[in-house]
Amino acid sequence: MKSKFFLFISLLIFLIIFFIFYKGLQKSNIYKPSVELNNKIPEYSSSLLDLDREINYSDIFKSENYYLLNIWSSWCVPCRAEHDLLMDLSKNKKITLIGLNYKDNINNAKEFLNELGNPFKLILVDVDGIQAIEWGAIGVPESFLIYKNEVLKKYIGPLDKNLLNQIKLLIE
Amino acid sequence: MLSSYIGYYSLIIGLISSLLLVYFSLKNFKNYQFLDIKILSLTFLQFLFVMISFISLIISFLLSDFSNETVFNNSHTTKPIFYKIAGVWGNHEGSLLLWLLVLTLFTLIFLLKTKNQPLKYRVLTTLFQQIIIIGFFIFVIKTSNPFNYIFPTPKEGLGLNPILQDPVLAIHPPILYLGYVGSSIIFSSALAATALGYISKNWASHIKKWVLGSWIFLTLGILLGSIWAYYELGWGGFWFWDPVENVSLLPWLVLTTLLHCILALEKRLILTSWVIILSISAFTLSMCGTFLVRSGILNSVHTFANDPERGIFILIFLFSLIFISIIIFFFFHEKNESTNINFFWLSKETAILINNWFMMYFLSVVLIGTVYPIFLDVLTSDKISVGPPFYHKLIAPFLIPFLFMMAIGPRLKWIKSNIENKVHLILALISSILITFLIVKNFNFNFLINITVISGALFLFYITLRDFFIKKNRSNSQKISHFGFSLLILSIMLNNIFSNEIITNLKVGQIFNSSNTKITFSDINQKKEKNYKSIIGNFIIESKNGKTEKFAPELRIYNQPNIITSEADIKTTLTKDEFMTINVVQNQDYFNIRYQVKPFMIWIWLSVILISFGGLISFFKKEYEK
Repeated sequence: MKSKFFLFISLLIFLIIFFIFYKGLQKSNIYKPSVELNNKIPEYSSSLLDLDREINYSDIFKSENYYLLNIWSSWCVPCRAEHDLLMDLSKNKKITLIGLNYKDNINNAKEFLNELGNPFKLILVDVDGIQAIEWGAIGVPESFLIYKNEVLKKYIGPLDKNLLNQIKLLIE
Repeated sequence: MLSSYIGYYSLIIGLISSLLLVYFSLKNFKNYQFLDIKILSLTFLQFLFVMISFISLIISFLLSDFSNETVFNNSHTTKPIFYKIAGVWGNHEGSLLLWLLVLTLFTLIFLLKTKNQPLKYRVLTTLFQQIIIIGFFIFVIKTSNPFNYIFPTPKEGLGLNPILQDPVLAIHPPILYLGYVGSSIIFSSALAATALGYISKNWASHIKKWVLGSWIFLTLGILLGSIWAYYELGWGGFWFWDPVENVSLLPWLVLTTLLHCILALEKRLILTSWVIILSISAFTLSMCGTFLVRSGILNSVHTFANDPERGIFILIFLFSLIFISIIIFFFFHEKNESTNINFFWLSKETAILINNWFMMYFLSVVLIGTVYPIFLDVLTSDKISVGPPFYHKLIAPFLIPFLFMMAIGPRLKWIKSNIENKVHLILALISSILITFLIVKNFNFNFLINITVISGALFLFYITLRDFFIKKNRSNSQKISHFGFSLLILSIMLNNIFSNEIITNLKVGQIFNSSNTKITFSDINQKKEKNYKSIIGNFIIESKNGKTEKFAPELRIYNQPNIITSEADIKTTLTKDEFMTINVVQNQDYFNIRYQVKPFMIWIWLSVILISFGGLISFFKKEYEK
């Protein structure tokens, strides 16, 4: 009989839904970033702005060099303000600048760099903001000074002349 | 101390009277001459005892009796009296007690208001209702007892979450609950009517009042929550597609559809299966909402308590109700629809049916968007979050034919309608597309969707507005609600297109310049209140045409519990809202400034009020006017 068939199907469907909800209850649903500040850099991979491939974080920061990871976005006004300082810093041989493009429109991001110059060796793309969470970032802009796979210092908000001199002294 | 005891034992007595009621209903059901007077008096007693229990909880809160765990967790001596009372339902335990109170009250009202309905139907509805009530009693007493005793008695409570200390939010839960719980009556009554084969025109016109009532309360409840989110959470939006907002939208969609199906059932005895399934899902979705919110299975701004035991209880309870309803539906429902069942393509019922399907589509989009992350997490351990673009992209295109049917449908006749005299409809359609084109043409994003949705809304706007002047006295309620809906879509769309925002970081004394706005951060004031300290930033905003306005957004640092909230400064006018918030940037003397201009904001609220006002008119309309 047709209605019996529908009865069993709907009972089955609800039974499945029940078990999925039941399982869901036992899982913790709080998304915790896997690292905190002053720890190792997160293990994560990311796509790149101008190259069509994925890269692992561990491959980026592997050499014996200082790195500055800068979280930026074309819509972020303070990023524009600090950009000259980043351009200045990029001339320094001892430090490599890595950009993390945060929740941005790719075309706007490219335009931004065309207009103001590109200080970054690599630019990671963070469309949904998950990578920024992995880094423990609160907003844009933020910068992380990294040495030997370890975050030495975190700068919240735009860099200014004083902070830049601090960084230069640190890496000497 | 004493009031906790009274409250707790009243709850136990309430549960016992439930069990007695089940017994007497079964007995009365077998030999049906007249309604057993015991049923009525027990229902009344049950309501009375839950009321006593609720009042004792209020007293415990008023007296700041911290030997009660709920009071300790959610109150504080420095809290104003108003929030001490609102704190009663600002937490999990108290809000469930409120739910129970409304549930028993509605059961009583149902019994009193249905004197001319068949006895068997009344008794059976009471029986189903009591099953739900028993479930909630056990849930409250076993997993979330509001009268737990703690010893030694703490000197001071932990305080109510400051973002809940707000007049709008104080009345938001009770109103929403009236809507949710009203749907429980619809649920029980639909089940009883199905089991007894009493789905009839008579039943439809009686249950219509309940559908309308719950629908009005749900609409207003959602509106209040949305207004609160707008000015308190400081995000500047009014709807975030947050899972908890979605779960209140689900029963609303179902109830709205049900409302239209009931009309068809009342007039033509058609769509009976629709009515039954919708009645069942309205309540189960309300329960599902409770489950998702209370169990902490979803991550959301509204998550109150993360207690898996509670979740499992509601889950089992919810699914037992679903199983009972499925079985009743399949075994008892016989299609006794009227003989002339064929639908003419151009008739009111066809229009209703088409929009029913659209509603079901919207419902499934929201439902999938809400629960899919849970499913994915369980099945594959992937964490995803479904954001506004998903909903916008899936819902917006289908709004267009939906709006169109909303405009056409009420103008058609039942059974069969003619095409003659519909020229002005086409004229209205063309002119609305033209006007929209003029509005939107300077903004090139999402051109097609914007233009079509706005013209759809404009079309409905025209047609309903025109009806006000032409056909008098006929279903004003429908016109007002449909008019309100067109206004809602229009204001949401225009708000979306013309909103702009400036986000920047400023220090005191700094000036921010953009192409047409100049923001000056002039200074900072500090203020001390009874239960919080506040930092007020003073800003001067100069627009292009030289108009200056002062803004003073505020940051509040509450002492108990220690939480920072941001109070937006909002300047509301008929054409736009200006909205400004500040936030601290950690370890810096910068403030994060957010300045938004949102056109037609107030119209969004007004149109929702208009929609529910339409329902209200229909609710109070006398029978003979129909």
